[in-house]
Amino acid sequence: MSGVIEGRDGPWEMVIGLEVHAQVISRSKLFSGSATEFGAEPNTQVSLVDAAFPGMLPVINGECVAQAVRTGLGLDAHINMVSRFDRKNYFYADLPAGYQISQYAHPVVGGGSIEIELADGSTKRIGVTRLHLEQDAGKSLHDQHPSKSFIDLNRSGIALMEIVSEPDLRTAEEAGAYLRKLRTILRYLGTCDGNMEEGSMRADVNVSVRRHGEPFRTRCEVKNVNSVRFVMQAIEAEAARQVEVWESGGTVEQETRLFDPARGVTRSMRSKEDAHDYRYFPDPDLLPLVLDEGWVAGLRAGLPELPDAKRARFVAEHGLSAYDAAVLVADQETAAFFETVAAGRDAKLAANWIMGDFFAALNRTGCSIGDSPVSAGALGQLLDLLADRTINGRIAKEVFEAMVDTGESPAGIVESRGLRQVTDTGAIDGAVDRVLAAHPDKLAEYRGGKDKLFGFFVGQVMKAMAGKGNPALVNEALRQRLSA
Amino acid sequence: MSLDPATVRRIARLARIHVGDTEAEQLAGELNGILGWIEQLNEVDVEGIDPLTGAAQMAMRLRPDTVTDGGIPELVLGNAPDRAGTFYAVPKVVE
Repeated sequence: MSGVIEGRDGPWEMVIGLEVHAQVISRSKLFSGSATEFGAEPNTQVSLVDAAFPGMLPVINGECVAQAVRTGLGLDAHINMVSRFDRKNYFYADLPAGYQISQYAHPVVGGGSIEIELADGSTKRIGVTRLHLEQDAGKSLHDQHPSKSFIDLNRSGIALMEIVSEPDLRTAEEAGAYLRKLRTILRYLGTCDGNMEEGSMRADVNVSVRRHGEPFRTRCEVKNVNSVRFVMQAIEAEAARQVEVWESGGTVEQETRLFDPARGVTRSMRSKEDAHDYRYFPDPDLLPLVLDEGWVAGLRAGLPELPDAKRARFVAEHGLSAYDAAVLVADQETAAFFETVAAGRDAKLAANWIMGDFFAALNRTGCSIGDSPVSAGALGQLLDLLADRTINGRIAKEVFEAMVDTGESPAGIVESRGLRQVTDTGAIDGAVDRVLAAHPDKLAEYRGGKDKLFGFFVGQVMKAMAGKGNPALVNEALRQRLSA
Repeated sequence: MSLDPATVRRIARLARIHVGDTEAEQLAGELNGILGWIEQLNEVDVEGIDPLTGAAQMAMRLRPDTVTDGGIPELVLGNAPDRAGTFYAVPKVVE
């Protein structure tokens, strides 16, 4: 994906910015004490504050503020020691107050950045304009009744972080990489679970197109796209639409659009035309949010090692390639699994096993790393059996499959199935003799100069030994007998 | 600053308040009176003074993150004109 669209009269460049709404991990809501847990019965996690009863006053949840600050620190961003809350006014059935408490002029977190990795191995730094705290709205169900919409306010008032990128993205691939990287960082920080299917992370996509070197043209916003794949598709579809509009002599109007994944096109949300006039004003119920330097320093000290730092360390300490390190750090649990397996062992071998047989086994069994039938400790024991030559590489794969199927320890499987590698040279020599005796024709060919048959003999000897021969010793024994 | 009747109608529509044409004329006059009176504040020199958004010169208190509320669907739905189970039911609003 180049990001260049070949129009009728020359190439166009895409300009993309993302606004990500990330649900904050907290027990209770941003301004009320009701629970945030997903999947409760409708309207059972709603206080009179969330339902906007008259006279109810918001009181901010300190942990939600801490989560926003942690996220800001994780994005290398400026923390604003004084920020404020504003009312964003609009009418919708799942917004009982008629306004959302948000941060408009003075967000809690200012400029930061995210480094993304692209398929060709290059990296690019994408600016983060700001991060602010705001309330989520309730949930509307439109498909339960022919003439009514059903409203559940359980989500109403849960804290969201809106994370706004600079228009630094130039391709759908970059946008996808940005979203995945942001999700990884949020998960490392434990500030958002990043689960796009459950709606705890949603993206609004701003797209415009321009001729190379031009200033920005008018952008459109595609609202509420809920998977990385759909974000990438929505960008391609919207950019193609805009090129078509410009090239046919039209003008792109600034508007809000929706992406229809089934048809692969965006369409206008006409009813939102007026809604852009949100008439923000400072919320008179809320004092300024003033942070304490020591408190912020404490949050900074408590941050975990973040993916970029971990990746650099895996390269420096364990000698992994940048690619392997990036794959392993994409998920915190995988990174921890790798570190357990690699501790005191050959780290590259550990990485190869995890990214090869282990990932394949997870895929096949539909397990996640948390409920994997093979623990990091057990995989480590298997590598130990390889390292001390109890088993050879081929048998190790067989033992691993048995570990996946039975959950037994590798040593137990090796013993009960008699898979211990044969290093007894007498037994190997015997097998070599039997194989050579059984194939006098091939032996003659080999002696006649057909060197390639050496591999055939190795295979036959290993087969005769049920795969358990030590490969180096088998090679050695064969070489000696054949050159005799 | 001065409001014309069209602006008044637009603001009214955004606030979901029904305002007729004659009412809009009348309201424009009244609102302009109020705005004019407030505009006297522009005579004060506020160069270099931070905006004041509240009378209380203090910062917000932070609440601990504990679940202390909820579990009251009957109270929450008490004023609902229509409901379905523990959902609010409203005229269909769909994009």
